[in-house]
Amino acid sequence: MSKKFWNCLVCLGLLLITAGCSAGESEEQVEVMISAAASLTDALTDMKASFESEHDNITLTFNFGSSGKLVQQIEQGAPSDIFLSASKKDMDTLEEGKLLLEGTRVDFTANELVLITNKDELLTVDSFEDIDPSTIAHFAIGEPEGVPVGRYTKEVLENIGLWDPLQDKMVLGSDVRQVLTHVEMGNADLGVVYSSDAKISDKVKVLAVASAEWHGPIVYPGAVVSETKHPEEAKAFLAYLTSDKGKEILKKYGFK
Amino acid sequence: MSTTDYTPLMLSLKIAGISTVIVFITGVFFAHLLSRKQFFGKSVIESLFLLPLVLPPTVVGFGLLILFGKKGWIGSLLIEWFDVQIVFTWIGAVIASVVVSFPLMYQSASAAFGSLDSRMQNAARTMGASEWKVFRTITFPLAWPGLLAGLVLSFARGLGEFGATLMLAGYIPGKTDTIPMAIYFAVESGQMEKATFWVVIIVALGFSTIMWLNWWSRRNMERYKNGHT
Repeated sequence: MSKKFWNCLVCLGLLLITAGCSAGESEEQVEVMISAAASLTDALTDMKASFESEHDNITLTFNFGSSGKLVQQIEQGAPSDIFLSASKKDMDTLEEGKLLLEGTRVDFTANELVLITNKDELLTVDSFEDIDPSTIAHFAIGEPEGVPVGRYTKEVLENIGLWDPLQDKMVLGSDVRQVLTHVEMGNADLGVVYSSDAKISDKVKVLAVASAEWHGPIVYPGAVVSETKHPEEAKAFLAYLTSDKGKEILKKYGFK
Repeated sequence: MSTTDYTPLMLSLKIAGISTVIVFITGVFFAHLLSRKQFFGKSVIESLFLLPLVLPPTVVGFGLLILFGKKGWIGSLLIEWFDVQIVFTWIGAVIASVVVSFPLMYQSASAAFGSLDSRMQNAARTMGASEWKVFRTITFPLAWPGLLAGLVLSFARGLGEFGATLMLAGYIPGKTDTIPMAIYFAVESGQMEKATFWVVIIVALGFSTIMWLNWWSRRNMERYKNGHT
C-alpha cells in the first residue's frame, strides 16, 4: 500500500463529502422546531425518520420537556413552530394568550394512566384502590401542579380517596420520564405513568390501569405556534401526525 | 406572602452548610496531601477530582443514582448494613452538593498551598516541629485567604445545586425541596410570584456571599501590605 494510494483515497473521500453538501443545499432546507411533551419522545423520534423521508426539504428538530415548561418557554418567545402538548390545559393557556395559529389546533392522540412497579419487585397490587400506604416507602408521581401526568394522577388518587394517605410517600418527578426512572431503578416502589411510557420500558411491569372515569380525558392536542416562520411545513407535519401512518406509529408506542 | 413556606430556605442552608464542612475538610486534606508529593498518576487523580466541575449535572446525578440508588453499589450495601437509604432523602442532596462543590474547594486549596514559600515550613521542621504542628501553625494560616475563597465558592455552589440533587434526592416538598427546586417547579406550574420570591432570595444570598468574600479579601490584602498580619 503506497502513500499515493492513501492520498487518493482521502481526496476521493473529501470530494464525495463536498458533493454531498452541495446536493443538499440545492433545495431550500426548512427546519421545523417542535416543542413536544416528554411522553412523546420515542414515538416522535421514530416518526421523524419516516416523515423526513417523505419531505426531503423539511428537517424536524425536537425540544422535549414537560408541557408546563414548554408553555413557559413559548410564552417567553422561545423559537418554536409546533407545540405538542400532553394536556388540554397547557394548550388552552397558549390559545388564550393568542399564541397559536388559528384553526390549527387538533387532538391527535390519547393515553391512559397505569400503575407500575419494578420488574423485580414482589409487591402485589391489583388495582389503584389496592394501594396500601403502609407497605410502600416511596410513591413516584409527576409534580401535580405543572406536570400533566401528575395532575391526572392527583385526580385519580383524590377520586379513590388515596391522595391524603399517600401524601408523605410521594416523590414528585419533573416529567413523566423521571417518574419512570425512579421506578426503573427500584428507588420508588410504585409509580404512575402513561401506558405509553410503561410500554417502552422493559424494567417495569404494569399492575393496573386507571379507570377513565377517575380523571379528565388524557388527550394530546397539537397546534402551530403563531410565531412560526414556516406555517406550511408545520401544518404538513400536523397533517402527517393525524394521518393513518402517523396514528400507526403512535399506536406502536402505546398511545390510543 | 403570609403563607410562604420557608422550608426551602432552611433546607438549602442546612444542606449547603453541611456539604461545605465536609468539602472543606476533605478538600484541604487531599490538596495538602497531594501538594507535597510528586508521583506517577498524580495528574490522573487531580483530573478525577476536578471532573464533576465540567460534567453536566445530569451525568453526575446519574452516576450518583448508580452508586447510591436502592440497587446501587453503595446504596444497596448501606441499606443492608445500616438500613440507611440515601436516595430521596436530604442526605442525598448533601452528597450531590459535596460532589459538585468539591472541585472548587480542591482547586482553591491546591493553589493556596502551591503558592506558599516552602522555606518557612522547612525552617519549622528543622526546629523540630511535627508535621501536624507545621500545618496548624504555618501552612494553614498562610493559606487561609485561598482556603476561605474555596470555602465560600463551595457554599455558593452547594446552595445553587439543582440537577444532580433532583435526580438523587427527588422532589419531596418539606423534605428535599431546596430553593433551586422550589424555583424550578414554581416556574413549571406557572406560579410566577412564588418563583420570583425565591429568585430574589437566592440572588441576594449569592450576591452577599460574594460581596463579603471580596470585601474580606481586600481588607486582608491591605492588612498584609501594611504589615500587620
